[in-house]
Amino acid sequence: MTFDAEFFNIGYLDNLSYKDTFVHRLDPRVKLLVSFIFIMFVVSFPKYDLSGLIPFFIYPVFLLTAGDIPLRAIAKKVLFVSPFALFVGIFNPLLDTDVLLTLFGIPISGGWISFLSIIVKFILTVSTALLLIAATSFLGLCEALERLKLPRIFVIQLLFLYRYLFVLLEETFRMLRAKDARSFGKRGSEIKTFIRLISILLVRTVERAERIYQAMLSRGFRGEIKVLKRHRLRFQDLVFVVSSIGLFYLFRNYNIVHILGEVVERSLR
Amino acid sequence: MSHHILELRDVHFSYPDGTVALKGISFRILHGESVGLAGANGAGKTTLLMNLNGQFLPTRGTVSIGEIPLNKRTRQEIRKKVGFIFQRPNDQLFMPTVYEDVAFGPANLGFSQEQVDERVKNALEMVGCLHLSHRPPHRLSEGQKSAVAIATVMAMNPDILVMDEPASNLDPKSRRQLINLLKKFEHTKIIASHDLDLILDVCERCIIIKDGRIAADGPAEEILLNKELLDENNLELPLSKQNVFHENFRAMKALHRKD
Amino acid sequence: MHMADALLSPAVGGTFWAGTLGAIAYAAKKLRENLDDRFIPLMGVLGAFIFAGQMINFTIPGTGSSGHIGGGMLLAILLGPYAAFLVIASVLTIQALFFADGGLLALGANIWNLGIYPCFIAYPLIYRFIVRNRNTPSRITIASILSVVFGLELGALSVVLQTKISGITELPFGTFVIVMLPIHLAIGVVEGFITAGVVNYVRTLRPDIIEHVEGVKALSSSVSMKKIVIVFAIFTVLAGGIFSWFASTYPDGLEWSIEKIYGKAEIPERQTPVSEILSETQKKTAILPDYSLPSAGKGEEKPSWPSVDTITSLSGLLGGIMVLAVVVIFGIGIKVIRKLRRT
Repeated sequence: MTFDAEFFNIGYLDNLSYKDTFVHRLDPRVKLLVSFIFIMFVVSFPKYDLSGLIPFFIYPVFLLTAGDIPLRAIAKKVLFVSPFALFVGIFNPLLDTDVLLTLFGIPISGGWISFLSIIVKFILTVSTALLLIAATSFLGLCEALERLKLPRIFVIQLLFLYRYLFVLLEETFRMLRAKDARSFGKRGSEIKTFIRLISILLVRTVERAERIYQAMLSRGFRGEIKVLKRHRLRFQDLVFVVSSIGLFYLFRNYNIVHILGEVVERSLR
Repeated sequence: MSHHILELRDVHFSYPDGTVALKGISFRILHGESVGLAGANGAGKTTLLMNLNGQFLPTRGTVSIGEIPLNKRTRQEIRKKVGFIFQRPNDQLFMPTVYEDVAFGPANLGFSQEQVDERVKNALEMVGCLHLSHRPPHRLSEGQKSAVAIATVMAMNPDILVMDEPASNLDPKSRRQLINLLKKFEHTKIIASHDLDLILDVCERCIIIKDGRIAADGPAEEILLNKELLDENNLELPLSKQNVFHENFRAMKALHRKD
Repeated sequence: MHMADALLSPAVGGTFWAGTLGAIAYAAKKLRENLDDRFIPLMGVLGAFIFAGQMINFTIPGTGSSGHIGGGMLLAILLGPYAAFLVIASVLTIQALFFADGGLLALGANIWNLGIYPCFIAYPLIYRFIVRNRNTPSRITIASILSVVFGLELGALSVVLQTKISGITELPFGTFVIVMLPIHLAIGVVEGFITAGVVNYVRTLRPDIIEHVEGVKALSSSVSMKKIVIVFAIFTVLAGGIFSWFASTYPDGLEWSIEKIYGKAEIPERQTPVSEILSETQKKTAILPDYSLPSAGKGEEKPSWPSVDTITSLSGLLGGIMVLAVVVIFGIGIKVIRKLRRT
């Protein structure tokens, strides 16, 4: 039984989200919307389109650099989750072998192009999701969700989850370490041990919830919790939205890569 | 602050599964008194505390706070007067930021945004944590969590402070800061603790609980220096009074003089 | 078994987002009607518990491979379907954001796949049905395994369908199904067994946890079969409508919106040298004769780019390199500006 090192990763992204940069100061609603629209645009490219996707890198690059987020951390995570997409995508070059184009005399099948397209889409969408949370605190995102009219009970419960996530991860970690210290490498009935561990953790969790509830009652709780609204839309936010979406629209409808390539080719002649 | 009295008259309490935890507790605490509650594990300290702000209701006997008897209807009212600080700060800091945690109480009391804001600022200043107001609780040290937990209760301006093991997770420096803080408060204080040195430092009066009953009730300095009394109740002298260090020190000095 | 953005089309992703948001709103509404205040901290903390539980890997006996629990059914048993659905949605949301597990667009589909089937179908129809008023350990075990397996299989099937309809991957439907379903059958049996083990063991430690919740649930878990059918019917109609709307003429809704705005299929352009190149480029990238859309496939001819793109020549390659260079320079530029600002 092992505990994923992912535990430490949540803390890392959480830490990054408290920085103070231009990007961090943008309204979370705006970042959420723009990122979502970005993903929609990227994903809307048909399967054989590859060059059209390239200019879209500008958005994650912007978030990364202006948000002062280390490239390595993001790259590692993207790599870590890539197997599933790779596994599903690899069927494309295997099954779709009709040659679509030749590059420098080498025939390239449609399958390879669509496979690469999937990879690029994957990198773009996954990195954007990570950068979104790294550049916007989780609290900010929850505020955005509530303002976007998601049910309050859902948002409150998201906040509680996040609040106690670290506490529970640590508790779980400690339990596992204690168990490992007495296991001496034996891997006997892991499932049974797992059931025991989880059950005890569950009981402790419910007891914790009861204590929290008592603490809430002790401070006058009567059913209502308010989520503080910290952000207001400013000029920068509007500029950001308009210019980003405008840019995405441009990239989606005009193949910048081809245009630039043509321009260069012409001037070279 | 009006002159509130906390009074328990023959309080009994049993848990739903039948365990009898309190077997007839009676005492009176006057406004401004600071009382330490000591006793072995399982003696009933925490249960007693929880009967003071309505988390539990006595199965027999009465708890009154300033003439108001504690029952289901008056619970909410009493909670405005009795501030309860839980043993584990994590249980008490459940909001996304320190500010919102401290604001939780006053907001529930119905104050306006400005009033809430003022109370939060005062409470955080009182515990020296104003600079932490935008932090999420999971980014606080244990000592900071303790301090903020106190602030969450202070923001409600309670008359009586009830604390369950306030220093149990603190490092020496934070513990010292907590003790200094508590000594500054003029509220009525009831502090349950294993840390007998803390009780000696902060409280004038001490009540010892054993097996759900009061075993002793008197000035802290008398009770906590009475070795036999403490032994009978599965306790020990406060560490600072145990002379171990002093004896070693004297012995060392004697050794050095010989050289 | 999480979906990924890169394998989804916006139509499929958008549709399932609509469905999931509707389900969240519905679950929240039902909860509000009957909410025990205790649930407010309980739901969040149980969500954290499930999250932490999922991070523990154990080896599945007999196979040597490792697995982890999903927890959906356990949540449904503890909290009732509505609260459990919200908790599952929250756990998946955090995973999508922090672990890039899936992606933001796929999140809607993931919440649907991992939340709707266990909470609103498997739990009421199978678990509750078998357990009814006699929750003996053996009944719980059987009910657990069956409901978890059923929920997971439905979820797995959904993933396959969503991937296929999106048309991004060539993975043949048959192969995908043959791989996904048996795997999730095995996972389901193990998880069902574990869920039952936990429920039974917790009942010995603290019976009130299971029973208290059941008491509250009894009020709010009356998810009748009729309602489920109605909801699914509505959803299917909506989905079908949105699908055909999107996929009928254009595989992406953007050109549809262009048409709506300008009344033409393309934005009118003034004839400048740049726009000349633009239109020339567009004309160049013609449809390949033997290419056809995998999905809606009405056999219509796409007017021009961007249905098919090919790096047809040196210009394409040059352009690609140049754009990447611009992007990198842009990034470096920002870094430099930030450094200068700080000094």
